[in-house]
Amino acid sequence: MELVEAIILSVLAASTPLLIAATGELVTERCGVLNLGVEGMMIVGAACGFGGAWASGSIVVGALCGVLAGTALSLIFALMTLVLAVNQVATGLALTILGTGLSGLIGAGFVGQRITTAPHLHIPLLTNIPLLGRIVFGEDAFVYLSLALIIGVWWFLYRTRSGLILRACGDNHVSAHALGYPVLRIRLLAVMFGGACAGLAGAYLPLAYTPFFIPGMTAGRGWIALALVVFSSWRPGRLVVGAYLFGAVSILQLHAQGAGIGIPSQFMSALPYLATVIVLVLLSRTRRGGSTAPATLGTVFVPDR
Amino acid sequence: MTKRLFAALAALLLAGSLGSAAFAADKLKVGFIYLGPIGDLGWTYQHELARQALVKEFGDKIETTYLENVPEGPDAERAIEQLVRAGNKLIFTTSFGYMDPTLKVAKKYPNVHFEHATGYKRDKNMSTYSARWYQGRYIQGQIAAKMSKAGVLGYIGSFPIPEVISGINATMLGAQSINPDIKVKIIWVNTWFDPGKEADAAKALLDQGADIVMQHTDSPAAMQVAEERGKLAFGQDSEMIKFGPKAQLTSILDTWAPYYISRVKAELDGSWKEENTWGGLDSKMFEMAPYTNMPDDVKKLAEETQAAITAGKLHPFKCPVLGQDGKEIECKGGDHLDDAQILGMNFYVKGVDDKMPGK
Repeated sequence: MELVEAIILSVLAASTPLLIAATGELVTERCGVLNLGVEGMMIVGAACGFGGAWASGSIVVGALCGVLAGTALSLIFALMTLVLAVNQVATGLALTILGTGLSGLIGAGFVGQRITTAPHLHIPLLTNIPLLGRIVFGEDAFVYLSLALIIGVWWFLYRTRSGLILRACGDNHVSAHALGYPVLRIRLLAVMFGGACAGLAGAYLPLAYTPFFIPGMTAGRGWIALALVVFSSWRPGRLVVGAYLFGAVSILQLHAQGAGIGIPSQFMSALPYLATVIVLVLLSRTRRGGSTAPATLGTVFVPDR
Repeated sequence: MTKRLFAALAALLLAGSLGSAAFAADKLKVGFIYLGPIGDLGWTYQHELARQALVKEFGDKIETTYLENVPEGPDAERAIEQLVRAGNKLIFTTSFGYMDPTLKVAKKYPNVHFEHATGYKRDKNMSTYSARWYQGRYIQGQIAAKMSKAGVLGYIGSFPIPEVISGINATMLGAQSINPDIKVKIIWVNTWFDPGKEADAAKALLDQGADIVMQHTDSPAAMQVAEERGKLAFGQDSEMIKFGPKAQLTSILDTWAPYYISRVKAELDGSWKEENTWGGLDSKMFEMAPYTNMPDDVKKLAEETQAAITAGKLHPFKCPVLGQDGKEIECKGGDHLDDAQILGMNFYVKGVDDKMPGK
């Protein structure tokens, strides 16, 4: 039983950065903007998040630094794609490369330093409940925040007028514009939200996961977050399922190896991606060939006046 | 008027370039190709420390340049060639995957000398060098067997290549010399560097009952997990005590400086020639970090084993070596396995209860 608890705790920790980053990207893409720079914004968020926490001694300051760094980087993306109407795919890829280099530069000063990780919640009695206690009442703040974030995004997208307008910009920017909505301004906000989330997700790594900064420490998690958004077919509910599924597979394959279950580790490492492909195929079949993506995803919008 | 101005300008430029050429000829230019960032705290960082030692040793006599984050593959060839064109006469390429690109460039520029780490292809102007890390792993195995209460070691592997396999085997042979029933759990993470995944693997090993974490991956993540959980661990490549002041037992430290200094010295006095260096504890190709967080008798045992290996009295792969199925492995090196057998190791020794990926 203790092993099950330990596995679930590891899964939650491994899934949280994916969930946070994917939540941000989901909002960005729902508004019609494809930002492939998640990995870049995450790694800069990790560098600045660690730097902030190391200099100030406060995890909260670190998290804020990560959020600000991610947002700042997303503003570059917004300037390129929204104002100058440059190709979104190319700009996103460039943003990742820029972020990787920039994080090394920022982080050069505090490589080799360490901090104490974010504290875990502890409520006397509740946290001590066997099995469930530590899982429900013993996580770090980021885990609760990530769940609050995705619930908030769901509520915003489907239960508010602003959410409806945001989705309208993603599905048909010409109509939204004709109705008098400031498409570019709305997209700017969506891109900034995506950047903030990516920065926070990046900051989670050095603040709560492995309490040090090393260049390249995000190790492709930004790309997984992007895959997750597709996996979820742009729906918050499925995103949560997907994020925990990805986390679970990556942790369970390690445990399977440790327990000597003879499945090739290379196959297990590839499993989440295989799952993404299968889900995509299944989705497109049930929808009779219709894509579930926002209709204007990745297309540039230039207002006629 | 304009003509004369141009002539003067050309003369000035010519003088300038001649001047700088003459200036460059005074100094030996030494170039380095690094796999990771110099701040990786592991593999590349240790090469960088050795480069700094070179600068300190030779001062004005040499000029060093390095290119970091050079991917293994076609890009490496361009990077190496770039160093050649910049006038570097001795070039160190510091990762296994640079082997073929280095060889290609070496054939093209016979007057430049190349040093390739951990590879096996050589040429008139291309040497190879590596370290017998398995010696250190044997010592770690003995320490681990002494320190483990559960009798279960956790081992994080990167890729199932001979270097890693021989490390696992040496560890087990060392451990079995203390406790014949010792068990090892192995998790392959299929990466050299992913702190998050390495930490997850360390957690999984500890959750499954291992109480010592050993790693053949590059970040200090596993060490830090052991520290957090109050368990023990071994570092890799570099000193990781900062991440596990109460956890680190010792660490295999890549110390390239003595080798680099000897090679640059040879280059300076003109005695450089193609060589295959595979140094161990005796030639200080690597060192053991101080033995910490263990009782004195274990420390003494480790030091004695280290001394015996250094003196050549003890060989980790002393015959008979039994394979996983209990059958004896052919003994090609007299009373121990020969170098080729260790360099190409693709079997587990008896007692490793794991199936090798891809076999």
